[in-house]
Amino acid sequence: MEKFTKLSGVAAPMPLVNIDTDMIIPKQFLKTIKRTGLGASLFDEMRFDRDGNEIGDFVLNLPAYREARVLVAGDNFGCGSSREHAPWALLDFGIRCVISTSFADIFYNNCFKNGILPIKLPKEQVDALMEDAERGSNARMTVDLEEQTITGSDGEVYGFEIDPFRKHCLLNGLDDIGLTTETAAASIDAYEAKAAERRPWL
Amino acid sequence: MTMTAPRTLYDKIWDDHVAHEAEDGTCRLYIDRHLVHEVTSPQAFEGLRIAGRKVRAPEKTVAVPDHNVPTDPTRLEGIKDEQSRIQVEALRQNAREFGIELYDIDDDRQGIVHIIGPEQGWTQPGMTIVCGDSHTATHGAFGALAHGIGTSEVEHVLATQTLIQKKSRNMLVEVDGDLAPGVTAKDITLSIIGRTGTAGGTGHVIEYAGSAIRNLTMEGRMTVCNMAIEGGARAGLVAPDVKTIDYVKGRPNAPKGGQWELAVTYWNTLQSDEGAHYDQVVRMDAAEIPPVVTWGTSPEDVLPITGEVPDPEIFDGGKIEAARRSLAYMGLTPGQKLNEIEIDTVFIGSCTNGRIEDLREVAKIMKGRKVKDGLRAMIVPGSGLVRLQAEEEGIAQRLQEAGFEWRMAGCSMCLGMNPDQLSPGERCASTSNRNFEGRQGYKGRTHLMSPAMAAAAAVTGRLTDVRDLM
Ligand code: SF4
Repeated sequence: MEKFTKLSGVAAPMPLVNIDTDMIIPKQFLKTIKRTGLGASLFDEMRFDRDGNEIGDFVLNLPAYREARVLVAGDNFGCGSSREHAPWALLDFGIRCVISTSFADIFYNNCFKNGILPIKLPKEQVDALMEDAERGSNARMTVDLEEQTITGSDGEVYGFEIDPFRKHCLLNGLDDIGLTTETAAASIDAYEAKAAERRPWL
Repeated sequence: MTMTAPRTLYDKIWDDHVAHEAEDGTCRLYIDRHLVHEVTSPQAFEGLRIAGRKVRAPEKTVAVPDHNVPTDPTRLEGIKDEQSRIQVEALRQNAREFGIELYDIDDDRQGIVHIIGPEQGWTQPGMTIVCGDSHTATHGAFGALAHGIGTSEVEHVLATQTLIQKKSRNMLVEVDGDLAPGVTAKDITLSIIGRTGTAGGTGHVIEYAGSAIRNLTMEGRMTVCNMAIEGGARAGLVAPDVKTIDYVKGRPNAPKGGQWELAVTYWNTLQSDEGAHYDQVVRMDAAEIPPVVTWGTSPEDVLPITGEVPDPEIFDGGKIEAARRSLAYMGLTPGQKLNEIEIDTVFIGSCTNGRIEDLREVAKIMKGRKVKDGLRAMIVPGSGLVRLQAEEEGIAQRLQEAGFEWRMAGCSMCLGMNPDQLSPGERCASTSNRNFEGRQGYKGRTHLMSPAMAAAAAVTGRLTDVRDLM
């Protein structure tokens, strides 16, 4: 997994609430057996018409936001299915940070497994950053994970909370399986032995 | 003896599965059962292969293709869509290579992963169950802690039989009283989401309790828990009782002999203690729940069938824009009566409502009636065994005579990753769980409802109050 330390770039505003995973990556793209290449299909049904032409007013089609690295989105971003194709598609497009008031649980988890930083902020702050993002390509945001800050284009700084374990993994690009094997293998063995005694039917 | 604080059912299952806890509270939760399907697993197996890792507990893992498989009999000659075929083939190969049991598409036991888990007795009370699929919540109906996970987590569970988790909060949804005639488990679960919203359960595990939940059959409880995820929760739970235990008994993978007695003794301890703490409590009166339908493109867009399409301006904040967008997408106007909305298609199936009881409900409403001329109406049993049982009971024949297509098992039009899809603008009365834009096919329009309500719609060709046909 690629490390996440500091990110600076244009933020795209998507004020819609309940942006679901079917919107982020529609089901016809889930038939891949790879993790890469999904960026071209990110938000497919909002971004392209049926003939594959771009829909002009969709935010990521506007010249200002084609290179967006951050999304500022309405409440409950990423609701719906467990498809990790959603963060894969965001990542492949180049988006490494999503800011919203709330996220659906599974999507939120999946982000961390792929080097994407989802940031939860109070409504007023998301609104302010949304306004900032609406100013287009001159409005670059900087997200600093170590410091846990977002700096808006006018230099305004917002702090954010993040679980320390997740922060550590993101900062260092750690692989979960390696980590579990390193730190917990003996405990898992012991657990299995104990469970076999207590609940032998399993 | 030390006194422990009263615990919820979720607390108990959680405590019994923590294999490792780090100082910051991050846990490795031991997973008793891992269900795998073709869409969210190929990258996980690939990851194992690249890292030279094995599946830690193949005997606790079961695989089944369901999302991609066509539901007409020609599938047995090979899946025509190339990408779907590759994905199903990849699952087959991975199951073989890693020693995992697979129910292939020519096996009667094949079906939607969340239907076959309970059916084959893989799902048992007190277990932790995961699957790379959000509707894993379904299995919570047995008092199992069951949740959907992403593909990286699938790989993590395959390799370590654990999941990295932090504990969620407890939420209680209590539904008391008797349901009115024509009102079913689906109306309960949709009404809860209509009340709490799709983010209402975020960060929580919901325990469903109350007499109305207790009075549901196991099938009904599965329908309720299935949609815990649409309510934003990580999982849904119903405490096991006699019904649960009777349902599990004798299933192919249920405990046998002396083990059975031990298991039942343990299962009987799986209730929330008196005085256990819930972070959020929602109470509903079952008698006040009417038959409902969705009008928009979020599962929280729920209204009684007697209602009208709402004006987006009645909502707050970002929901106004979302509601406007929904109405444009759904081709509806504020003030339109819901029971005058005409439909083109009826879909009965999915992990929400593809069980035998659901098909019986449909058969009951269809008795002496026909599917309206010109409608496309399909029934897709949740598993090959549900299909066989319905055929044995004579339901299949009767429903076919009434004008329904009778399909093979799979996810089918719940998500249209297979050939069963809506075409643009087509409007569907559906027993599935998601009405998102494009969910059932590009520009397809979905109204969620119970099997009985979908049957009523099949008869009249419009959204219909099932009570009018009773
Ligand atoms: S029936 Fe629908 S919701 Fe259930 S597992 Fe299949 S696609 Fe998912």
